[in-house]
Amino acid sequence: MGDKLSKEPPAAESGGLMVRAERVHKSFGRLEVLKGIDLEVRQGEVMCVVGPSGSGKSTFLRCINHLEKINAGRLWVNGHLVGYREQGGKLHELRDREVAAQRREIGMVFQRFNLFPHKTALENVMGAPVWVKKQPKDQVRQKALALLDRVGLADKPRSYPAQLSGGQQQRVAIARALAMEPALMLFDEPTSALDPELVGEVLEVMKQLALDGMTMIVVTHEMGFAREVGDSLVFMDDGVVVETGTPREVLADPQHQRTRDFLSKVL
Amino acid sequence: MTADDDVEKGRPEAIRAVPVRHPGRWVAAAVVLVLVAMFVHFLFTSDALDWAEQRKYVTSDAVLKGVRNTILLTIAAMVGGMVLGTILALMRMSANPLLSGASWFYLWFFRGTPLYTQLLIWGAIGTLFPTVGIGIPFGPEFETWKTQELVTPMLAAGLGLILNEAAYMAEIVRAGILSVDEGQQEAASALGMSRSQTMGRIVLPQAMRVIVPPTGNEVLSMMKNTSLVAAVPFSELTFTAQTIYASTYKIIPMLVMACLWYLLLSSILMVGQHYLERHFSRGVGRSAEAGLRLRLSRGGGSGNERR
Repeated sequence: MGDKLSKEPPAAESGGLMVRAERVHKSFGRLEVLKGIDLEVRQGEVMCVVGPSGSGKSTFLRCINHLEKINAGRLWVNGHLVGYREQGGKLHELRDREVAAQRREIGMVFQRFNLFPHKTALENVMGAPVWVKKQPKDQVRQKALALLDRVGLADKPRSYPAQLSGGQQQRVAIARALAMEPALMLFDEPTSALDPELVGEVLEVMKQLALDGMTMIVVTHEMGFAREVGDSLVFMDDGVVVETGTPREVLADPQHQRTRDFLSKVL
Repeated sequence: MTADDDVEKGRPEAIRAVPVRHPGRWVAAAVVLVLVAMFVHFLFTSDALDWAEQRKYVTSDAVLKGVRNTILLTIAAMVGGMVLGTILALMRMSANPLLSGASWFYLWFFRGTPLYTQLLIWGAIGTLFPTVGIGIPFGPEFETWKTQELVTPMLAAGLGLILNEAAYMAEIVRAGILSVDEGQQEAASALGMSRSQTMGRIVLPQAMRVIVPPTGNEVLSMMKNTSLVAAVPFSELTFTAQTIYASTYKIIPMLVMACLWYLLLSSILMVGQHYLERHFSRGVGRSAEAGLRLRLSRGGGSGNERR
């Protein structure tokens, strides 16, 4: 691990890079889950990450917004080093407040939605901008209603999460993340907890978001979505990136045996 | 049999079976009725209860003052206990081993010794700490007071109850916080909320659903446990009753009168608890109104619905 890592953050304007991972390692105790991940995500790119369960793809996603601390390597989002400040050749941990500030430019959508059950759909969407960004309530309400409309839930602002279907809950969760006006959206298996007939409505919202130019990293098992919407496809296995390419290339003509094995099981 | 058969042969005759008899229930009901009748008879005829004596004192100034003190102590002990208990719960879950260790020790002491004994100590606090002062630890003191003058019986009773209650509330609050799904904290963090915002806006409001029912029980027991501050001594309802019968020798009437006051107060608390629980169950499963509707429809239903 002693080798030189880049000192310079990737300049956002030059390469248009949103995320850059350099040899990212992450262990839970003795178990090494990420074994050196190198990845680049351009602005406006939709990257789909696939792989068998336990391959580390969700962990990598959680490292990007510092829900997990990486053990080695470097990770930049939007030109900032995630979770640390580099000063005099040393890394300094960021304070909780600074980490929170970094997370504001990253939206995250969870497999199990994680909506706040004691708040209505509208309150879920309004919460963060009002509490965190201290924006005026009236203004936020208009924006939140517009977002609910955008995800097709204009008629549900007063519903509590428990009164919504899984697909509706996940669409509220997407609107909630968008309310913070993130530069990057992370999706952690957003349709895996849904009944099959509800998957489509969530994917449709995500597709619209991609068409609007949002930079997205999507951990998913939906190969159809990856092929149709994704700009790039990453196949991860056992903590490493096995193969990267356009979805068409990887799905039609996988270069590695592990990719072929995996695809033959899911396609 | 298929539906077509039914159409051909017409609807089968409705079942009119002989119901199962429950003789045990009739016997039990008879026993209960006799006991109730005996009790009512006792209430109206017993001289020992001396209702006239009770009526004489039930709204007397001394008793009302005792009732007021009981209510004040209950409120102070619960509010103080909840605040301190929440702090102790957060300390207990802190990553700092000194903080969580201190909280553990506090709980160990206050839950491991009887409240009555603790209150006796509070009554003699002046002997334990003769003076109280503000200054540098192990160094000079800038201001010093005599504990005997500073700590009134009311304060000693209140502090005794608060410190004890905090230990129990800490465990209740901790259980409540642990009951909230970890994903809630993650979602809040991912939205850029600070730790205190996450706790105050997201975790604690949801924890309340788990915290309120046992806390309601705590309020009820606290209301009754205030009678133990006679150990300090401080005059609340029971102590007042004792003071009265010490001169009139009518022990039972005064104690029954005190019980009636306690029953009135606890009934009010139970109603309050019901509404609090309804408030904090917002958004969980079916709403409170939906729950009520469900119960009503079950009650009015044919009785063979699945429960």
